Amino acid sequence: MLDLLKDIFDITLATIKDVIPIAGILFGFQFLVIRKPIPNMKRVLFGFLYVLIGLSLFLLGLERALFPLGKLMAQQLTDPAFIAGTKDVASEALQWFDYYWVYLFAFAIGFSTTIAEPSLIAVAIKANEVSGGAIGIWGLRIAVAIGVAVGISLGTYRIVTGIPIHYFIISGYVVVVIQTCFAPKLIVPLAYDSGGVTTSTVTVPLVAALGLGLAETVPGRSTLIDGFGLIAFASLFPIMSVMAYAQITAYLDKKNKQQTMEEEIN
Amino acid sequence: MYQGFLAIFRSMLGSLRDLAPIIIVIGFFQFAVLQQPIPNLADMIIGVVFVLLGLTFFIYGLEMGLFPIGESMAHALAKKGSVFWLIAFAFALGFGTTIAEPALIAVAAEAATVAAEGGMIEMTEVAKSSYASGLRFTVAFSVGLAIVLGVMRIIAGWSIQWMIIGGYVLVVIMTGFAPKEIIGIAYDSGGVTTSTITVPLVTALGVGLASSIKGRNPMTDGFGLIAFASLSPMIFVMAYGMII
Repeated sequence: MLDLLKDIFDITLATIKDVIPIAGILFGFQFLVIRKPIPNMKRVLFGFLYVLIGLSLFLLGLERALFPLGKLMAQQLTDPAFIAGTKDVASEALQWFDYYWVYLFAFAIGFSTTIAEPSLIAVAIKANEVSGGAIGIWGLRIAVAIGVAVGISLGTYRIVTGIPIHYFIISGYVVVVIQTCFAPKLIVPLAYDSGGVTTSTVTVPLVAALGLGLAETVPGRSTLIDGFGLIAFASLFPIMSVMAYAQITAYLDKKNKQQTMEEEIN
Repeated sequence: MYQGFLAIFRSMLGSLRDLAPIIIVIGFFQFAVLQQPIPNLADMIIGVVFVLLGLTFFIYGLEMGLFPIGESMAHALAKKGSVFWLIAFAFALGFGTTIAEPALIAVAAEAATVAAEGGMIEMTEVAKSSYASGLRFTVAFSVGLAIVLGVMRIIAGWSIQWMIIGGYVLVVIMTGFAPKEIIGIAYDSGGVTTSTITVPLVTALGVGLASSIKGRNPMTDGFGLIAFASLSPMIFVMAYGMII
């Protein structure tokens, strides 16, 4: 119990330390440059307090419950004994497809942590509000989560095979550029943003543990060089999936409209 | 009173739905794949309850505090009509929120170890810590600059595609010249700079600004600041690796 209280205290302190520079900048500009009282001051302050409490509790819970188990799981799944155990002949050299549980775990953990990512929820709420409901909160979140899932599992495949990271990233850029030309214009800035949004509080620690564990296990990989780069995958692929989501929705809309028009004519 | 409880209960239910996929994934892999029991089940449940409460509070506070203040400041600064102060605010927000970012501090320390092993700097604590703090300032500066560039884009109405594609081209060219050890870290640094508090604030700033300037559309012009903030650190970290 005492342990828990100490944890609560430490994490709250750390969160306050994170928030202070931001609050300092905001209030500094408000009072020195804008020189007007903040509208609904009391409400805003309470909002900040809630954010502070919420973030502290969120981090505390993650660190007590999900992170230790998730990290342990990443270690166990990348353990050579576990991977070799799924094979009939243990002496045979491991092939890239022997790591299938790792890819599956990467996909699942990428998807599920992105759904819980608070900053993505924030951006989805704002996008829904600004687009007048045209962009669904859940549609956007699921599109981004699929992008992260695909990205991270591809990233683990890269660590296993040892293909240089820039091949993937550069071809990803080419796809993004091509999609940009064809995607509905409204979605493009939001899609670019969703790349940066996906990777924060929940995703980064688990994904980093997975990358480092895998780089340690696979022979010939260095943890220092190959352990990094998963985050880059997780921030590139959502750009594609969000644009694809908009492209598919636009296509379906068009088809529906055509159908209703044809029906009206008939 | 009853209404209030109902509202809180409903948003807790929403948070539970947000969290359900993680619980299912971890449960499935623990029982079906690794075939092990959950250690410290009681601790786990307490942790999950904390996460639930935390997410609920965060989203409440987001709509009460972070979004309104970001937008009202963007409106006020746009109304003041001083481009200087708007840009100063954008830089301060980008630099100030990044320099203290814990994820960045961790990445910078790891980058220093990589650089030392790669023989780019000396294998001493002093050399490593000066390399790490140099890197931190570089990244924070680059995020500040990125937000400034993004705000200028909103004011001037430049199209985002060309700027982002130009940035990509720069990243690709620099990848050819940067030391091999730094590339993975540089690519990752784009993702770690945007924290949970920065994202809502910066989004509100962009949307608020785009909706208070005539002729700008909050949807096509308001978003995109975070994209700049996650692209520019890649360029600057590679440049840092090339210079040092």
